[in-house]
Amino acid sequence: MSIRETLRLRYKRKRLLFRAFRKRHELSCLADRTGAITASDILVFTTLRNEQIRLPYFLRYYRELGVRHFLIVDNGSDDGSTEYLLAQPDVSLWRTEASYRRARYGIDWINWLLRKYGTGHWTLTVDPDEFFVYPFCDTRPIDALTDWLDTYDIRAFPAMMLDMYPKGPIDAVPYRAGDDPFETACWFDGGNYTISKNPEYHNLWIQGGPRARMFFADRPTEAPSLNKVPLVRWERGFAFISSTHMMLPRGLNTVYDEWGGEKVSGCLLHAKFISPLNEKVAEEIQRGEHFDGSREYRAYSETLAIEPDLWCKWSEKYINWRQLEILGLMSKGNWA
Amino acid sequence: MGTTVGFIILCHTALHRTAQIARHWAEHGAPVVIHVDHRVGDADYGQLTSAVSDLDNVSFCKRFKCDWGTWSLVAASQAGAEQMLARHPEVRHVYLASGACLPLRPLQELVDYLDARPNTDFIESVTTTDVGWSMGGVDMERFTLRFPFSWKSQRKAFDRYVALQRRLGFKRTIPEGLDPHLGSQWWCLTRRTLSAILQDPRRKLYERYFKKVWIPDEAYFQTLVRRYSGALESRSLTLSKFDFQGKPHIFYDDHLELLRRSDCFVARKVWPKADQLYATFLAPNRMAASLAEPNPSKVDRLFAQAVERRTKGRAGLYMQSRYPLRGRENGKTSAPYSIFQGFTELFEDFDDWLGRQVGARVHGHLFGPERAEFAGAETVFNGCLSDSATLRDYDPQSFLASLIWNSRGERQCFMFGPRDTQSLNAFTAADPNAQISVVTGAWAVPLFRSNLTFAEIRHEAARLQQIEFDQVEILKSVLAKARIRVWSMSEFLEHPMENLQAIVDEIAPRNARRLTEAPHIVDLTGFGGFLQALKNQGMQLRLAGHFPTEADKRPNAPALSRPYVVVK
Repeated sequence: MSIRETLRLRYKRKRLLFRAFRKRHELSCLADRTGAITASDILVFTTLRNEQIRLPYFLRYYRELGVRHFLIVDNGSDDGSTEYLLAQPDVSLWRTEASYRRARYGIDWINWLLRKYGTGHWTLTVDPDEFFVYPFCDTRPIDALTDWLDTYDIRAFPAMMLDMYPKGPIDAVPYRAGDDPFETACWFDGGNYTISKNPEYHNLWIQGGPRARMFFADRPTEAPSLNKVPLVRWERGFAFISSTHMMLPRGLNTVYDEWGGEKVSGCLLHAKFISPLNEKVAEEIQRGEHFDGSREYRAYSETLAIEPDLWCKWSEKYINWRQLEILGLMSKGNWA
Repeated sequence: MGTTVGFIILCHTALHRTAQIARHWAEHGAPVVIHVDHRVGDADYGQLTSAVSDLDNVSFCKRFKCDWGTWSLVAASQAGAEQMLARHPEVRHVYLASGACLPLRPLQELVDYLDARPNTDFIESVTTTDVGWSMGGVDMERFTLRFPFSWKSQRKAFDRYVALQRRLGFKRTIPEGLDPHLGSQWWCLTRRTLSAILQDPRRKLYERYFKKVWIPDEAYFQTLVRRYSGALESRSLTLSKFDFQGKPHIFYDDHLELLRRSDCFVARKVWPKADQLYATFLAPNRMAASLAEPNPSKVDRLFAQAVERRTKGRAGLYMQSRYPLRGRENGKTSAPYSIFQGFTELFEDFDDWLGRQVGARVHGHLFGPERAEFAGAETVFNGCLSDSATLRDYDPQSFLASLIWNSRGERQCFMFGPRDTQSLNAFTAADPNAQISVVTGAWAVPLFRSNLTFAEIRHEAARLQQIEFDQVEILKSVLAKARIRVWSMSEFLEHPMENLQAIVDEIAPRNARRLTEAPHIVDLTGFGGFLQALKNQGMQLRLAGHFPTEADKRPNAPALSRPYVVVK
């Protein structure tokens, strides 16, 4: 890497950190329970808006994995999410009415919280509809993974997003608070993903799955990115660039092996396609706060109007992480 | 009364587990000497000592600051061993363990096992030329170079200093009488051997030498034991596996059954939070029953597979944590597949015929311009691959690699031609899994039978011929690794059954048999005249081969009759 390139990336990273620093004023703390965090705790960082219905299962899922504290930015919820989160003993809550889009889809706020509270911890940055799955997650708690990563000095762990969907129209079976969303949305695409390498930040760019197949078949470049690096042993100078798709310093993005071997990796089961989706899509288009003028939501609304079935006869029904590993969507690497 | 085996435990973290292990052994009668890394704080050290203060056969030895791969670990073992031998005269075997060790079998079984072999030393001790592992690219040089820099924290200096010594031809002399051996640092030695090593009059000399050997804890006892041992078994009684980076594999709760069946006495390294393992193997009322030999082969296999996955990966898989550089794929695709070009043009029912002959999935033109023609005219295929041409052409290599990967276990065949997406030609030609059979010039047959105007045909023929010409150039390249067959159309039609037989035999070599059924060749009456007409329009036809213009007699007639002759 040339000096010029190094300086450019460094400048970019400093700018991201400065943005995060400026945006900290937009956050007002409603509940600061960060004093309860101990040195070895694994922390979850989340931005959300009006996700009350999903929160009970979300919190339970990560508590059972062994997460000890949640640091959440509430971006103007008015459905009771705020009150619900305030009542949780392991949640620290910040609230903002500021623009999600102008905070670079919330990542400025998260970068700030990560820097302030995540430094020195293993941090898991996920949305409320993302559920982290890693090798042996049914028999080993999450600190087994992070302890193992520590012995190998691995600082970032990849988990590709896997879009989960139900069989039949998405709004057919209503989701009730506390339910496991993957009881109904238990199907996924097993092997229709495309990968390319981003020459600038060295991350892999993965697209595909039901969203590419159903909503972006005629403009595949616009299909959403599925690559993510949600689990990071945070250090002070780190910064996510856009969502958790890529970060700086860019060495953290090379979570893949280029010599034929497999590094260890996981998946984020993405419970996007659960009811009520239509309402959510309508609201998000109205707000226009999502990436590129909420183009993703606009694409959904065009297709959702005709009640599509994402399911097809080749869809895989989710069983467990071992199935994902056999299908080649994630890998145990040399963890046995 | 104490047992004839005593344990030295070296520990530096998870001291509550050390206390648990020490208590387990001590309460079963085995004396224990604990070495605690000097870096451990007073509070933690105090906690450990008070946790075992009620056990009078547990003692603590002089503490050293321990760093990975340094002499301090040997010094700690020596201090522990001296204390053990001096304080516990009943001990005949001394077992060196770590704080991350877990006894898998009742102590009595180990005692019985060692009582049956009272003079045997158990220590892995291998000559340097025979060890497979050479950390940091250094093996015999461990004994002949100097290593003042830490491999872990001063890697650059370490590498440079090694390179410098190599260039200068520097060599330390190995003290007389020593034959360098290496092995796992977890041993079980007899009092006789151990005291001979510790009381050797030349011990100071050896120590001075070994202090500058690299990773002396894997060499000091392993080398010296060769001087004194009466009966040496070169293996460790501790089940401990290292991966390709020299890090020990770790055991978790879900390894319980595996560990139980290994019949090993002690396992390392156990995750300190593996509560179930500790609870099970340290349970107070486990009965001594078996005299089985340790059999770690299952554990070996598990960890060997893990290393294989990390270093070689699954062939033909492209995913978030395996994205090989070009040429480093270790298999561009995951399984053999066949590409046919020109066959559907020559034969009327080629797809069905091929499916019957080889029992494979036969697709149409997967890379066709309108859509991916999956077998059975499906719109979605295995893995939810879409038939959209746009999606496919967005990343054709991912499309093909996914298709082959998704249908592992079932051979995939598909048709190809100059009308199709051509961007993968170099990839498939370089893929040893690909079987590519090309009949050049066959693209002219549909034109010949089409309803287009002659001008349109002329234009299309020129385009297709150029594309096919470029493609054949790629197939002829020295980089091509696929099994490639290229015929001109006229060449192919001279012996069509032999040619088909060769392809089919290669696809399914085990049920090699004579083809008994031929696909129907399309009617080529007048084709020679058609080609001549193209030539008369100024086209240079290069790929179809020669067809006589008075082609009413079919050039392929004699060859085609072959299978019927065989069948009788």
